[in-house]
Amino acid sequence: MKLQSALKLIQAKPMYIYDPAILWRDYTYAAATDLMSDALAMICTNCNRTILLTGLANAQSLRTAEMLDITTIIYVRNKRLSDDNLELAIEMEMNVFTTPLPMFEAIGILYREGFKTATRHDDSSL
Amino acid sequence: MTIHHFDVAALDYEKAGQVSSQIKKMVKEYGFDPITVRRIAVATYEAEINLIIHSHGGRVTVNYEAPWLYLIIKDIGPGIPDLEKAMRPGWSTASKEAQAMGFGAGLGLTNIQKNSDTFHLTSDPSGTTLELGFKKHTEESA
Repeated sequence: MKLQSALKLIQAKPMYIYDPAILWRDYTYAAATDLMSDALAMICTNCNRTILLTGLANAQSLRTAEMLDITTIIYVRNKRLSDDNLELAIEMEMNVFTTPLPMFEAIGILYREGFKTATRHDDSSL
Repeated sequence: MTIHHFDVAALDYEKAGQVSSQIKKMVKEYGFDPITVRRIAVATYEAEINLIIHSHGGRVTVNYEAPWLYLIIKDIGPGIPDLEKAMRPGWSTASKEAQAMGFGAGLGLTNIQKNSDTFHLTSDPSGTTLELGFKKHTEESA
């Protein structure tokens, strides 16, 4: 699904878009967690088609995405990055959005629309 | 052979991830494949967070001796009282502050081990040393 369509479905608005072309890119995978170690347990092979959804609007969610080569983060429950962390997101060339929906609802909608769980590169069982 | 050192201060949550970010850029320049770069980045980041959360401070040393990249993460204490428990997924002694950052799920060491090609952990009250190895894949071995 095109990112633009996914964002519309979950009512997400941009905080910063580094690369507007991502809006027309197909995204297939999502990781949803407030535990960064959970996200770090996932090494995706399709990071440029993976979204990280989290309620943790801090530098560590940005750093975690950076380590995983994920460049699109959606913060749930209207969470927003502080000015300092937004500066960090800009420096990291991230695309960051915020949705008013709670995590359960946001990922439920994306799951219904065909998004798959982001998995470890060596784990074909998921 | 090239060696680089990065110091990490205890409880410096503000800078958490900066060392890992620098090391990730360095490893890319060494020509590691993208999956291995991510594995190194994740292991380094988890180890850096462990230094900040659990230690009195320490140092990350990167030693590139092609085709191997070695990471030595060494701190100055207080040591891990029970290594077996520390390696158990879900077991954690992290503070509320660390948990608020999104860490302390008890997955750090497990994640580090899963992502490294070699893993060696020793600990006593004077400090913990974690030695990790990552092999660079050539086109033939990838």
